[in-house]
Amino acid sequence: MRYLVLLVSLLLPSALTAQEWEDRQVFGTSEAVSLRILSSTDTSFFAPIIEDFIETAPHISVEYLVTGTVDLDHAFRASPADFDVVISSAMDLQFKLTNDGFAAPLVDLDHPEWAQWHDRLFAFTSEPAAIVINRKAFGDLPLPRSRQDLIALMRAHPDRFQERVGTYDVRQSGLGYLFATQDARASETFWRLMEVMGRTGARLYCCSGQMIDDLRKGELVMAYNVLGSYAQAQAEQSEELTVILPSEFPTTMMRTVLMSKDARSPQAAEGFIRHLLMLQETGDALKFPLPPLTQSQNDDLLRTINLEPALITYLDKIKKQAFMREWENALVQEYRNYTP
Amino acid sequence: MAVILFVVVRALATQVAQQGQDNILNASLSSILDTAVVRDGSVTLDFPYSSFSMLSTNADDRVYYAIYEDGTLLSGYEKLPAPDVLKADHRHFDTASFSGEKIRIASGARLLLASDGPRTVSVSVAQTQDALSETLNAISRNVALLGVGFFILSSGLALWAASTTSSQLHRLTRSVTRRGPQDLSPVTKAVPTEMGPLVGSLNMFMQRLDHTLQQSEDFIAEAAHRIRTPLATVRSHAEATLQRVEHAENRAALQSMVRAIDESSRAAGQLLDHAMVTFRTENLNMEEVDLVEVLQDLVQRMTPVAEMKDIALSLQTEGPAVLAGDAILLQNALRNLIDNALKYAPSETDVVIRTAKDDGISISILDDGAGFDLAEMHTLSGRFVRGKDTGNKIGSGLGLTIAQEVTTAHGGTMTLRNRPEGGACVTLSF
Ligand SMILES: Nc1ncnc2c1ncn2[C@@H]1O[C@H](COP(=O)(O)OP(=O)(O)O)[C@@H](O)[C@H]1O
Repeated sequence: MRYLVLLVSLLLPSALTAQEWEDRQVFGTSEAVSLRILSSTDTSFFAPIIEDFIETAPHISVEYLVTGTVDLDHAFRASPADFDVVISSAMDLQFKLTNDGFAAPLVDLDHPEWAQWHDRLFAFTSEPAAIVINRKAFGDLPLPRSRQDLIALMRAHPDRFQERVGTYDVRQSGLGYLFATQDARASETFWRLMEVMGRTGARLYCCSGQMIDDLRKGELVMAYNVLGSYAQAQAEQSEELTVILPSEFPTTMMRTVLMSKDARSPQAAEGFIRHLLMLQETGDALKFPLPPLTQSQNDDLLRTINLEPALITYLDKIKKQAFMREWENALVQEYRNYTP
Repeated sequence: MAVILFVVVRALATQVAQQGQDNILNASLSSILDTAVVRDGSVTLDFPYSSFSMLSTNADDRVYYAIYEDGTLLSGYEKLPAPDVLKADHRHFDTASFSGEKIRIASGARLLLASDGPRTVSVSVAQTQDALSETLNAISRNVALLGVGFFILSSGLALWAASTTSSQLHRLTRSVTRRGPQDLSPVTKAVPTEMGPLVGSLNMFMQRLDHTLQQSEDFIAEAAHRIRTPLATVRSHAEATLQRVEHAENRAALQSMVRAIDESSRAAGQLLDHAMVTFRTENLNMEEVDLVEVLQDLVQRMTPVAEMKDIALSLQTEGPAVLAGDAILLQNALRNLIDNALKYAPSETDVVIRTAKDDGISISILDDGAGFDLAEMHTLSGRFVRGKDTGNKIGSGLGLTIAQEVTTAHGGTMTLRNRPEGGACVTLSF
């Protein structure tokens, strides 16, 4: 069976095109070197970075492929030679890729120690998970400051929130799973919140983008664990949205990049990663539209998820099954049994 | 001579560093293994985040693990080289190679009692050795420099005063060689002034090793503590549920759950004690301690436990037995010994604690149990070593280790023997 798969993938390098991308864009016109970037980040955030890179290296053209974090992990594990650079917000999956030997070392990078692991995995953003609210739909209710407030609000006003709250479907989204497990690890409040959301008939989403769209349309009153960076960008344009970082502990994720150990264009890949980290450091919001790293190691206000071996804990098969079961019990089951 | 010093110190350093890594791997392994339970007929492990986070190193070492039930992989990395046969409650350490890198791997197993018979859960935790070899290389470099310095110095000195100095160097080398892996206190022997800087740097490097060692002890203490607190909560929930449950089968399951929790929290407690002992023995808090008072207090506290087994616990003394020592440590050591006597003696027997004063102070704890197995007597005080024939008695193999380490730290000796009339007798003499 293994050989058959190998054979098929050898015969059909184009089998790859069977993969459905959320987005696929080519930058640059050169045919000399092509760099394939596999990413979970929306193209709009990366376009300026890639364009800036190509200006410094016009002989390189970049193919930017976007897909969800879980899908990305599968696609890359299946064929590490098809991609040069991998970018994802699911730190745990990225960590495991690195621990499992899929990443190539990049030495002599001038990057903070806490934002890299094993010379192979590099963090380049700090992005908190936020509560986002549609102020119009929220009406005169007091804005919640913490998860506790949220629970109290939903309990007190079930009608207003019924089927109008949203959060990640952790079964579909790697980032959603990371946020949920880190929340659950930090406090029991998380499970109470999930139960209350379950009873309110929460809607489940694959991605932050869709949650924000539905918030804007007023279909959702409130969404929990939305990527703060995406929401902030939208909130600046539209009046209705308010982004709140829960005051007890906003879980903060770092987007990470690695270079495939089987990269076909290793030099271009290394050049790109160096350029990316350099742009991050300059903090020029036009060229680097993502939130740069914040040295939050000593800052309790922003609880950054550390790049450390413990990240593989919740990827363990047994732990994952147990977590999913508990999550479904809290969120999905109750929803189904709900009788208005 | 310089070469001897280099070899000795390097060997010592390797031993200490390896021990440090093993300690941490073992703590991680225990924290995973301790969470193994049978739920709804299948084995599950809800191990804490700290299990792996304690394996973070400066060199970002990679971490692998595997969990097996009766030899079949439940989760983790397949193909991780692990020993086939593992005795329950024993630890196995090995150096192997995995995906092209050298790894240190710790394995252990536990027997779980499910309603349909026993199941063996085994866990392996492994780590690459980058941080370890970084430390060792740094140490080697220092030691090599030290060795060269030593060589130049000693040949220089030899030219000056061959006879006197070489005997002093001999003494220093000997005192370094004689040290055990635990003893990292600075060399304080008077040395000729020319050798001052040399001994100074030797001391500094010992201090660094000591620091590394201490860090690993801290890790264990932290890990044990993190396991214990939630366990206590779970236990009280289980107890409360037990009050309410009537179905015999469920009661039995709950009772075995409470037992399993007790077992884990005891193991965690002893790990914690052991870490505390190791730490304190290096910084003894000396004061006048009356061992009789300590024993009276212990007897009073442990009598309820003894009564549960219908054991008569008695203390025979001949007046106060005062000694300069660390009260907390001594109490801990004695408690472990009395604990063992109560544990391994059958019900309706006597456990006697006797103090005597001849040359020094001696304390014996005597019981009417089966006594020690002669063949394994001299190994029992090793870390995590348990007797072959412990039956279903809960234990972690650290009790005698703690007693031994405390006694040695106070300049005393611990002897195990069997009484002619049967039963075990443990004597501490100071
Ligand atoms: N009083 C005793 N009588 C018989 N055997 C004993 C006694 N005390 C200790 N042992 C043996 O020594 C072993 C090591 O003891 P210890 O280090 O205290 O660990 P444990 O946690 O297994 O009791 C025990 O497993 C047991 O076999």
